[in-house]
Amino acid sequence: MAVLQYREALRAAMTEEMERDSSVFLMGEEVAEYNGAYKVSEGMLEKFGPKRIIDTPISESGFCGLGVGAAMAGLRPIIEFMTFNFSFVAIDQLINNAAKIRYMSGGQFNIPIVFRGANGAAGQLAATHNTSTESIYATIPGLKVIAPSNPDDAKGLLKSAIRDNNPVIFLESEVMFGWKGEVSDAVDYLIPIGKARIAREGTDVTIVAHSKSHYIAMEVADQLALEGYSAEVIDPRTIRPFDIDTVIESIKKTNRCVIIDESNPFASISSEITYQIQERAFDYLDAPVLRITSKDVPAPYAKNLIEYYMPQAKDAYDACKRVMYVK
Amino acid sequence: MAKQTRKTPAKSPSKATSTTKKAPSRSRAKKVVPEGTFPTSLELNVTFDTYPAGKFTHKDLGLSIDDVLSMYRNMLLQRRFEERAAQMYGKQKIAGFLHLYIGQEAISTGTSTAIKIGLDSIITAYRDHGHGLALGMTANECMAEMFGKVGGCSRGKGGSMHFFSKEKGLFGGHGIVGSHVPVGVGIAFAHKYKEDGGVSIAFYGDGAAGQGSVHEAANLASLYELPSILVVENNHYAMGTAVHRAFAETEFTHHAVGYKMKAALVDGMDVFSVCKAMQDHVALARENKPSMLEIRTYRYRGHSMSDPQKYRTKEELESKKNEDPIIRLKAYILEHKMTSVKALDAIDEDVKDEVLASVEFAENSPVPDLSEIYEHIYDESDYPYLA
Ligand SMILES: Cc1ncc(C[n+]2csc(CCOP(=O)(O)OP(=O)(O)O)c2C)c(N)n1
Ligand SMILES: [Mg+2]
Repeated sequence: MAVLQYREALRAAMTEEMERDSSVFLMGEEVAEYNGAYKVSEGMLEKFGPKRIIDTPISESGFCGLGVGAAMAGLRPIIEFMTFNFSFVAIDQLINNAAKIRYMSGGQFNIPIVFRGANGAAGQLAATHNTSTESIYATIPGLKVIAPSNPDDAKGLLKSAIRDNNPVIFLESEVMFGWKGEVSDAVDYLIPIGKARIAREGTDVTIVAHSKSHYIAMEVADQLALEGYSAEVIDPRTIRPFDIDTVIESIKKTNRCVIIDESNPFASISSEITYQIQERAFDYLDAPVLRITSKDVPAPYAKNLIEYYMPQAKDAYDACKRVMYVK
Repeated sequence: MAKQTRKTPAKSPSKATSTTKKAPSRSRAKKVVPEGTFPTSLELNVTFDTYPAGKFTHKDLGLSIDDVLSMYRNMLLQRRFEERAAQMYGKQKIAGFLHLYIGQEAISTGTSTAIKIGLDSIITAYRDHGHGLALGMTANECMAEMFGKVGGCSRGKGGSMHFFSKEKGLFGGHGIVGSHVPVGVGIAFAHKYKEDGGVSIAFYGDGAAGQGSVHEAANLASLYELPSILVVENNHYAMGTAVHRAFAETEFTHHAVGYKMKAALVDGMDVFSVCKAMQDHVALARENKPSMLEIRTYRYRGHSMSDPQKYRTKEELESKKNEDPIIRLKAYILEHKMTSVKALDAIDEDVKDEVLASVEFAENSPVPDLSEIYEHIYDESDYPYLA
C-alpha cells in the first residue's frame, strides 16, 4: 500500500492508462504547461509530450465537443474541467452529444470519454463556483456518474472509467485533492463502476453518503459509537448506476436510513435513493428516511452563511438519533 | 469582386419593414445574389484605428485640470484599495478568490470618465473592483462585500467576484468566464428598446475571447445594431496561458471583422488613450453602431492570490511596471504643472484614509443574519423552500 494524495491517485490512474493505451489523451485548461490548476496532471506533459497532454483555450463547449468527436472516431479522451461549475458552458456537448449519440446512431458509435474535475462546494466562492452537479448529470440516461471519496477509489474507478466504452462524468473535489490515503499497489487496479463500498459495518442505522459527505458520515458514526449505537456507513462511489442493492441489504438489517448529500435537495440524489428505498424496502423501514443536504438555496459568499449552507455533522447526528427514536 | 470595407452598408428599408410600419427598423438590406455572380476570389481589406499611449492630451479630451486630478485620485483609490484587500486576504478577513486589477486601472477610470454614469451600463468579469470604484461605488460597500458583511454592495452574498450596483450601472462582477458578455449585449438591447440613450459596455479578458458566447454576442450586437461596446482587456494572460498559446488570431480587433463591427486597438497604460477611445466609441454606440475594442494592459499581480506566476519572467514584469498608468498620469500632471507634488501626496494620504476607513467599516458591519440565506432568491417572500 502506498500513501497517495487524492490528486496523485488520479494522476497515477491517468498515467497508467496512457501508458497502456496510446489512444488515451488528456485535454483541458492549464493541464499541460501549468501542470494543472490543482496540480492533478503535474509532470504529465513532460512524460507524455504535447501531443497527448493538451492545453486548451477557455472554450469548454469547443473542447468537450472535440472530445466527443475524437471518441466517436476511436480515441479515448480524458477532458478535464477546471471545475464542474464550468461544465455548464459545455452542457450541450455532455447531455445532447456525449450521452445520446450512441443511442441515436443505433449503437454504431461508442463514446468512450471521461469528463473529470472538481465538483461541489469549496468554501467562500459564492453561487456560481459551488455547484454540486451529480444529480444534474445523473438524471441523463447515457451518462455514468462517479464520485469517489478517497484516493484508493479515485484510482481504481478512474482507471475503470477510462476503459469504459461510455461517457463517464467523474466528479472530484477541490477540497479533497490534497487529502491522503492508502492506495492499492495491485497491478492494474480496477474498481468496478456501480459497486458501493461498505465503509463501516453496523446494525442500528444505515448512513449513505458519497464524496466529501462520506467523512461527515464517518464522524457521525464515531460519535454514535461512543454512545453505544452502531451505524453502517455506505459510500456509493458511483452515483449512476446506483448500487441500490447494497443499500437495501443494509436497511434490511438496520431498518433505518439517513442520507447525507452536499447537493441542493430538490430532485437530487437523495430524492432518488429515498424513492428506491421506499419502493424496495418499505416493509423493513422503522422510520422515515431522512436526509441532510445543502440548503435549498444558491451558495452564499459570507463565511457564516456558507457554513450554514453546507450539510452539518450535527444535523446528521440528530437525524440518526431521530430515526432510532432515541434522545 | 467582393471587397469588404469598414463602411456600414447603406441603410435601405428591408421588405419586412415596408409592409408593416411598426416593425423594428432592420436596416441591413437582404442581398439576393443574382445567378452567375459567384466570385472568383474574395478580398478583405480592413484597417483599424489605434489609440497609442502619449498621443492625446487632456485638452484633446475636453478635460479640465480638476477632471484630470479626479482621474488620478480615482486610479489611486483602486490601487490602494486593492493593496489593502490583498493584506486583508492574508489576514483571512477576505476569503475565496481574490483577483486584483492592479496595473489595469487606466481602463476603468478612462471609461468612467467617458460615459454618463447612471445612464450607461457596465458589465465585467470577476476582476471587478476597479470598475466598481471607478464608477463611484464606495470603498466601504466594496470592502464590506469582500468581508462578507451586510454592509457590502451585495449584502455579503457575492464577495470579491460579484460586485453589483444598480445605482451606478454596474451589472456585475461575473465568475464564469465569458458568460456575462451576451448579458452585456442584452443590456444594450434594453437601452435601445427603451430609447433611453444609454450604452452598454461589456469588459472581458483575453482568455474570455475563447468562449463561444462572446462570439455569439458580438454577432448579435452587430446584427441588431445595438448600443454596445465589447472590450477585451488584454492583459496578455489567462491564468497561466499567454495569448499566443490560446488563439490562432492574436489580434483581437480582427475578431470583430467577422461580425462586421468596427474595432480599434488601445494602449491601456495611458488613461487618456482609453478615455479618448471610449469617447469615440460611446458616441458611435449612441447611434446604435456597436464596436469592439482591444485594450492592451498588464496585471502586475498574479491571476488570483494563489498563483506562483511561473509563466512569466521577473524581467517582463519589471519592464511593464515602467509603464505603470498611475505613474504615467502623475508625470503628466507634474509636467503640465497642474498641481504640486505636495498636493498629489495629499491626495494619496486622503485615499489611504478612505481605504483604512473602509476596513473599519467592513470590520464593524454585521455578518448577515442566518435567515438571509433564504432572501433574494425569489421575488416572493414566502417561497416554500425545502428545509
Ligand atoms: C467557463 C469558465 N472556465 C474556466 C474558469 C476558470 N478561470 C477563471 S479566470 C480564468 C482565466 C481568465 O482569463 P482572462 O479572460 O484573460 O481574464 P483575466 O483573469 O486575465 O482578467 C479561468 C480559466 C471560469 N471561471 N469559467
Ligand atoms: Mg487575461
